[in-house]
Amino acid sequence: MDEAAICERLRARFGERVIEANLTAKDPWVLVDPQAIVEVARYLCDETDLGFDALSNETGVDYKDAGYIEVVYHLYSYPHRHRLVLKVRTPRDNAEVPTVEAVWKAANWLEREIYDLLGVTFTGHSDLRRLLMPEDWVGYPLRKDFVEPAEYHGISTRRESLLR
Amino acid sequence: MSLAGYEVEVQQVGDGGLRTEEMTLNMGPQHPSTHGVLRFVVKADGEVMREAIPDVGYLHRSIEKISEKVGYHGFMPYTDRVDYVAAMFCNQGWAMVCEKLAGLAVPKRAEYCRVIAAELNRISSHLVSVGTMVLDIGAITPFFHAFREREKINDLLEELCGARLTYNYMRIGGVAWDLPPGFVERTLAFLDRFEPMLDEFDDLVSVNKIYVERCANVGVVSPEAAINYNLVGPNLRGSGIRYDVRRDEPYSVYPELEFNVPVATGELGTVGDSYARYWVRMREMEESARIVRQCFKQMPDGPVIAKVPRKFKPPAGDAYIRLESARGDMGWYAVSDGTEYPYRCKVRTGSFSAMSIIDKISRGLMLADLVTLIASLDVVAPEVDR
Repeated sequence: MDEAAICERLRARFGERVIEANLTAKDPWVLVDPQAIVEVARYLCDETDLGFDALSNETGVDYKDAGYIEVVYHLYSYPHRHRLVLKVRTPRDNAEVPTVEAVWKAANWLEREIYDLLGVTFTGHSDLRRLLMPEDWVGYPLRKDFVEPAEYHGISTRRESLLR
Repeated sequence: MSLAGYEVEVQQVGDGGLRTEEMTLNMGPQHPSTHGVLRFVVKADGEVMREAIPDVGYLHRSIEKISEKVGYHGFMPYTDRVDYVAAMFCNQGWAMVCEKLAGLAVPKRAEYCRVIAAELNRISSHLVSVGTMVLDIGAITPFFHAFREREKINDLLEELCGARLTYNYMRIGGVAWDLPPGFVERTLAFLDRFEPMLDEFDDLVSVNKIYVERCANVGVVSPEAAINYNLVGPNLRGSGIRYDVRRDEPYSVYPELEFNVPVATGELGTVGDSYARYWVRMREMEESARIVRQCFKQMPDGPVIAKVPRKFKPPAGDAYIRLESARGDMGWYAVSDGTEYPYRCKVRTGSFSAMSIIDKISRGLMLADLVTLIASLDVVAPEVDR
């Protein structure tokens, strides 16, 4: 099934909650309401002719000037060999998206990483701890306004240039 | 530093009135079998693991953040460090995602050079995997057999690009250099020697009773769990799913090449166990050798790099590509805002998902089998942490 047909199915089922779709992008994507993401994910996974059984990738992008963080889901269907990009947007100052861990277990770690590096809280997540950064780290490094602290536990993060 | 939730377990009283205690053990971050710096918090009841919780991040070098600062061309050497055991694939992934963003076509000969380099790298990466797996289990000699061959590949790749591990061979729009003089002959001579060596390795290890008993039926991953946790590559095929990005979502010149996709059958043990994953890797090396031979026969003459502006500014937008790395389906996501610097880059690697499933399948395993499990999933720690 191509992306346009999948998008039609989503619009028919979820109506207003499918906010926007770009079918001419390099990877056609569908933007949905964050509050509907779990339902949409469950629908895409469970309908036999859609059959999106794999969450290939999930990541976040901080669009600082527009004031939101975009969480991007790259879905793949092993039975049908088709793919879809889902997107949700959440405000930067109160970034919150429900977790899709119940649909795809792969989301567990991917969402921990997004929480760790971009500060998006995934509501309902079973184990939302930092994954890559130390747990006492302050701030979210992949946010565009992140400033690297001068030191961490007394260790300076500044190095003099070796080229002089 | 403490880890919340990992406090020492409470003591219990067993049935016979004997006081038993659940032990919390620390494995790593420096441990020979963790293949990099990686820590497990193991809760064990005697020799049986209740759970093994991976604690990653020791090798986090913020490679994705670096991409935002160094520009598209400048990021290529950093991609080597994502997975230094199979750096060619990271090079290729970054090149492919940039080419998709900019809508750039790559010359045919460059694609063949990429495939040759990548498949040689796949063999060397799988040699590391199977070599260290037998080493972790306790057999030392096969490790040297595997590394002897890997050393030859390192020599060949050094001729090709000047580096033995961090290749920095590919460029956006092609590859940096054409094959050096005599490369084809030397590679063919290597393959002539290597293919019989694989049979020797099979005789020595793959049907060795002790080895098979250590691996068979250990850490079984069902096909459903493999897909749900997004296991990829040899780990997915080890669970009996015949899927290979090279064949099912073809990229580069793979549609012109003939190769099989080995999948576990569970002859010795079960489909989805540690042995199945090992077996798939052994068979994949044979296929890679076949692919390299075909490439030499088929590759056309011509340029090895397209005309790419030094100030590379792809139009604003995002793109996602997948390729079959040595550790399976590797995803590269890049966002461009129309400037010289990527707005965001994300790598989704095979080891990342493999690591996330360890917590689930380690429950109830023997402590010594954790080593087998990690080795069979071919987890490379820097690829998890990036």
